[in-house]
Amino acid sequence: MNDKIVFCRGGGCTAKLGAGALGRVLEKLSRGPMDPNLLVGYDSRDDAAVYQISEDTAIVQTLDFFPPMVDDPYVFGQIAATNALSDVYAMGGEVKTALNIVCFPETMDLNILGEIMRGGSEKVLEAGGILAGGHSIADSDVKYGLSVTGIVEPSRVLANNQGRPGDVLILTKKLGVGIICTANRVGEASRKAMDQAVVSMTQLNKYAAEILRKYEVHACTDVTGFGFLGHLHEMMDERLSCRINGSAVPVFEEALQYADEFLLTAAAQKNRNHVGSCVVFDHISFAMEEVLFDPQTSGGLLAAVRKEDASAIVAEMNRAGLPAAAVGEILEKRDVGILVQG
Amino acid sequence: MIHVNAIGDACPIPVVKTKNAIKELQGSGQVEVWVDNEIAVQNLAKMAKQKGYGIEARKLEEQKYSVLFTIEKADGTVNQEQADSQEQKAQVEAETVCTPDSRSRDSLVVISSDRMGEGNEELGHTLMKGFLYALTQQDELPACILFYNGGARLTCEGSASLEDLRMMESQGVEILTCGTCLNFYGLSDKLQVGGVTNMYVIAEKMTQAGRIIKP
Repeated sequence: MNDKIVFCRGGGCTAKLGAGALGRVLEKLSRGPMDPNLLVGYDSRDDAAVYQISEDTAIVQTLDFFPPMVDDPYVFGQIAATNALSDVYAMGGEVKTALNIVCFPETMDLNILGEIMRGGSEKVLEAGGILAGGHSIADSDVKYGLSVTGIVEPSRVLANNQGRPGDVLILTKKLGVGIICTANRVGEASRKAMDQAVVSMTQLNKYAAEILRKYEVHACTDVTGFGFLGHLHEMMDERLSCRINGSAVPVFEEALQYADEFLLTAAAQKNRNHVGSCVVFDHISFAMEEVLFDPQTSGGLLAAVRKEDASAIVAEMNRAGLPAAAVGEILEKRDVGILVQG
Repeated sequence: MIHVNAIGDACPIPVVKTKNAIKELQGSGQVEVWVDNEIAVQNLAKMAKQKGYGIEARKLEEQKYSVLFTIEKADGTVNQEQADSQEQKAQVEAETVCTPDSRSRDSLVVISSDRMGEGNEELGHTLMKGFLYALTQQDELPACILFYNGGARLTCEGSASLEDLRMMESQGVEILTCGTCLNFYGLSDKLQVGGVTNMYVIAEKMTQAGRIIKP
């Protein structure tokens, strides 16, 4: 176990390609003939595909993998798996099977790979799924993740863009893990901050999803590489607007501190370039702006729910130990897509 | 003017290096930073805006941007104080929270030649390359590596250790090469990794280091 995992670039969701660049490539792809059984596909910008296979069952298919963002291979495995499993929960589904996706240098200690996969498999079990195989290739850098299949009732599929004016937006995890991991990479993060970030990144969105399932949910997504504002922007789908209450958004205090010390990621700036023009900040500090654009590795769920249910949902989540909060509301389409007020 | 080469560095390293260089100015002056992508330019610009520094960015060629910071005397003084108090705060935190790390935090590696040991020249080169590689494999990396005199060749084009040095830099190790030495050997535009420093900083780092490692 002498080999340290090498962090050549930012790991986790900070390693994601920018949404702008990706969009230009995706729109050129031929989509083939329409299949009515494809309930959610890539033209709706969701991370997962949902395909109906019988009257009462659809399969949810998703994959996610990335380079390490923490030193401990076991913790990295847990985080990567938690992040990959999250897409199924964001769709309203339950996890059934998972396959490992592994890139690993031939010269590196295989015990490290063992630790990564042990972390991953534990999370698959916790999710109630079966780890059924995988695929490994030799590569210069470590990358790990899962391909996950889940099932969902077609009528209960949660799209990411079907919110309605008047809906309250609920966020289930604190923001700022991207900045904290970046600060940690240059030796500037406190151990406490890093420990809190790890707890957050290894918490399955299963528990938040189970609570949401008891209520009417209009839209749901998980907050990952495109940051809170990036995913919120996709949820608005150029069709809706929203008002966010900056002081209500759950954030890690240390993330604000590190943003003030300019420990900024490239991915957050890419997110700002992509959606910044749709966002108006009113009395929001520079540090808070950065955290709102911060790419989240294994972030929480962002759900649009009926106003009358919002406080009950948040209360139930808080009782379950989740730092969830109502962070804003959806409005009819206005000039300003996303207004963040201090 | 201090020159910072952040080509090949992923965010936030260009900003971290620039902050250190501005601190080194100890007041007014200019810092020129080279980066290889526009996102890094934008992150540097955000810092300049927040801190009230003058900034001028231009594209020199593909994947090479120059960002020139101008720090005014008045601002510089104020910011120096802020920086000092932040540094004190960070030191207090480091002492209370990260005690196990503190030993590596103040260790300094000094490379004064591109060869290790006396004797055969070729063997000396091989040993030095081996030493820098072995350094990357240690559990605790040093806080900083200083290169001067013949050692300056190791951070420049043609060095066999660039990859190892970049790897350590990406894990937060500060890599500094003596500017006078680069000038003397005609290597000023050949630096490939880390920043440029001066004798004041070299003396300061060496007097303040808890442990100096010299191969």
